[in-house]
Amino acid sequence: MSEGRQLSTFFVDDLCFGIDVQTVQEVIRRLVITRVPLSPVQVGGLINLRGQILTAIDLRRCLNLPQRPLCEFPVNLIIRTEDGLVSLLVDEIGDVVEPDKDMFEHLPSTLRGRLRDFVLEAYKLPSHLLFYLDTRRLLSGGSSGFPSSEPSNG
Amino acid sequence: MSEMDEIVKEFLVESNENIDQVDRDLIELEGDPTSKELLGRIFRTMHSIKGATGFLDFSKLGAVTHAGETLLSLLRDGRLTLNAEITSGLLSLTDVIRNILSEIAVKGRESDTDHTGLIETLMGLQAGVRVDIGSTRSILPALMNSDAPMRKPNPANVTSPRESTSQPAPRPTGIVDTPSVSGQIEASLPNESELLPNEFYSQSLDSVSIRVDVNQLDMLMDLVGELVLARNQILQMSSHQQDPDFIASSQHLNLITSELQERVARTRMQPIDNIWNKLPRLVRDLTTQCHKKVQLQMRGKETELDKSILEALKDPLTHVVRNAIDHGIESPEMRLAAGKSVEGSLILHAFHENGQVNVEISDDGAGINLDRIKQKAVDLKLITLEEASSMADRDALGLLFIPGFSTARAITNISGRGVGMDVVKTNIEKVGGTVEIENRPGLGTNIRIRIPLTLAILSALIFTVGETVYAIPQQDIVELIRLDEMAAKGQINSVQGVMLYRLRGQLLPLVNLDAALNVTSAKSSNAGRTAVVLQAHHRQFGLVVGEVADIAEIVVKPLGKHLKSLPIYAGATILGDGRVALILDVLGLARRVSIITDVQTEDATAPKTKMEGPVISLETLLVFEDHQERVAIPLSEITRLEEFPLSALETTDGWDVVQYREEILQLISIPNLSEEARLSKRSRVQVATSSDKIQVVVCRKNGHQFGVVVDHILDIVEHKVARVRIHSRSGHETAVISGRVTRILEMDGLVRDMLLPNPSAVVMEV
Repeated sequence: MSEGRQLSTFFVDDLCFGIDVQTVQEVIRRLVITRVPLSPVQVGGLINLRGQILTAIDLRRCLNLPQRPLCEFPVNLIIRTEDGLVSLLVDEIGDVVEPDKDMFEHLPSTLRGRLRDFVLEAYKLPSHLLFYLDTRRLLSGGSSGFPSSEPSNG
Repeated sequence: MSEMDEIVKEFLVESNENIDQVDRDLIELEGDPTSKELLGRIFRTMHSIKGATGFLDFSKLGAVTHAGETLLSLLRDGRLTLNAEITSGLLSLTDVIRNILSEIAVKGRESDTDHTGLIETLMGLQAGVRVDIGSTRSILPALMNSDAPMRKPNPANVTSPRESTSQPAPRPTGIVDTPSVSGQIEASLPNESELLPNEFYSQSLDSVSIRVDVNQLDMLMDLVGELVLARNQILQMSSHQQDPDFIASSQHLNLITSELQERVARTRMQPIDNIWNKLPRLVRDLTTQCHKKVQLQMRGKETELDKSILEALKDPLTHVVRNAIDHGIESPEMRLAAGKSVEGSLILHAFHENGQVNVEISDDGAGINLDRIKQKAVDLKLITLEEASSMADRDALGLLFIPGFSTARAITNISGRGVGMDVVKTNIEKVGGTVEIENRPGLGTNIRIRIPLTLAILSALIFTVGETVYAIPQQDIVELIRLDEMAAKGQINSVQGVMLYRLRGQLLPLVNLDAALNVTSAKSSNAGRTAVVLQAHHRQFGLVVGEVADIAEIVVKPLGKHLKSLPIYAGATILGDGRVALILDVLGLARRVSIITDVQTEDATAPKTKMEGPVISLETLLVFEDHQERVAIPLSEITRLEEFPLSALETTDGWDVVQYREEILQLISIPNLSEEARLSKRSRVQVATSSDKIQVVVCRKNGHQFGVVVDHILDIVEHKVARVRIHSRSGHETAVISGRVTRILEMDGLVRDMLLPNPSAVVMEV
């Protein structure tokens, strides 16, 4: 299944993830991100991509990882989706890899939480594990969806 | 193959437009039956459609257009004079052509519908001169019923030589001068030399416009937006430059870009006449059916609107015009009896005002019978009899906007099927507009639709809260208030955390934007801040924001799907410096902070369910306690909260009053609303003896100002209220608010019961 699959890799909180290289349009560092109050948690804000307003999805928030330190700027990984372009906020961009079949690994059944929702497969790279992400599920919030950041009206 | 499709598509678009023009011309022709120009134009359209049908092999279309063309040629040559029957016949011809065109558009070919009846009718009409009048008689009654002629098949006619257009006759579309296919047509064809000079002129006008995909325009618009941003950056740079050439060039760029932006925006604008031009035909059909006489006047045809708004306006406009003719304008007899002219008048007026487009539809008919509306509402169990009797005129008119509401006595063909003003309102609101009804009983109805000029560009107020930049469309803003010293002057009352600002005698609820958005703000005091007074439906509220930065023209861009569900944002925009600003949706915001109720707006999307059970609405209420009872007054009814020393109390004619702002303020107490007090019509304020001050809620209703004395004010609540009617003749409603049973004072009833029956009260008011 995985032969010839090229993955564009990136790092979020020292974890390495990959998505199909085909879906990636471009990588942009240093873009002003406009926060959107009351938005669902995974939304990092809005960015201006050459006159187009895109929603930026913060992968740290998607995956319930600790917040990015304030001094670090996220990298915008612009991907194509059915609903147009979306920016994924990640920590750092890695290489494009083409993992071998024998690197394939099923997800350990003990893995729980958000990661399990979005990760399709895992690969043992020489230096670290690479998680292959399902962007479609990631953007729709997975099986359980994303909680709204808005506290319920009491 | 696809090339053929393209040709067919083009043919359809063109023919549809031309047929619409024929409709208008025919109506116009009725007023001026000998106009060569109009006849020429109609004839030409018919002829070019017919010409194309031969080429594209649409035989039925060819047959009907041929019949029409022959009749038209007689008219044009003056051998036949236009009368009502001929007009009706030609109009039903245009209907049939339209039907066939839409069949072709959907299925790609003509259906098997038989049109020989119509052809026969048209031939009968032309036979009126050629042969004798007798043969037309049988057809005329059928004509009065517009779809009857098409149902009369006549096999003998199907193979008539007139059908000869079905044979392939290759020729280019739309060119007038084509070789005719049969001798019979030849006789009725225009001679090229007969064409009037101005016909050539109008043809050359056609060739200067081309069709452009709207998406193309949208993309152009986006690109121009980009260019504007780039221009702004260059301008910023040029301000630090010394090089005069560079400065001159950037100034030039500035001018060109602005001009380009304006021009591109204008490409999407179209005159309102594009949708109005269908109305004369509609009015003619309706008046014939209703046996009424109506004169249609249209003013401001050239008023321009964005194409998408124009589309949204089409159906509501048609509906309102139907209503006006069917319900509004009376029959000629009734008009005579009422001393009006036999012919009713329907005036459409479009004009620009305050950056918005106003469309007024006024008739001089009977107006809206409010009693009948109320009666109908009672019948439909929307309101009770009691409510109906105390209902204000404005509220009664609001009933018209409830889905499924129609007052037509009988369901006519034209209107009265229960889809009514609610659809009008929903459609108009979808594009950010409003609808108002002004009713002059016996004199007519005036419906005013206000819509934004364009959806794409609007003028907005830009300000910052925290790090985020926000924009509010200027059309929603009433005024701005600086809050610095005002706060010190005590113009802001704070009741249980809810801020109320005294704006010219009215209490204006204030809402902190940071609080509404759950954003923590560095500033805790209101000093130095600005309250933006916003209009949400008929309520106003003040939105407290930080420094107001600017007013800018913005291009609204939609939010992605992750943010679509947030009703408080209308979209986002990119500012001149490249930053993204969020555009606040005033209605969504007002709903979030419970300033306005959801009833009117949600009814349209979720009809029927709301009609049963208690009315559930969001309302802002002032809750106070009086003699161990909890009572609430809608905040909208309250003008002020006052405190008077007990010594200020005076008595006159059995009423307790205080002198208040050079007026005499009549005081009433809540316990007086009990049955006995109502009967005695006399009340004394009963004050808790422990205090030497009285708390008074000043209310104004129907021009009567009065004070309700209460023990103490508890809270302002803003939440969902499920009202339950308990048996009480006072007509007040009771609800559970914050876990306690609370009576909600109905101000209309209060004024009527407490003040009006007592003549002295009225005198005091003066």
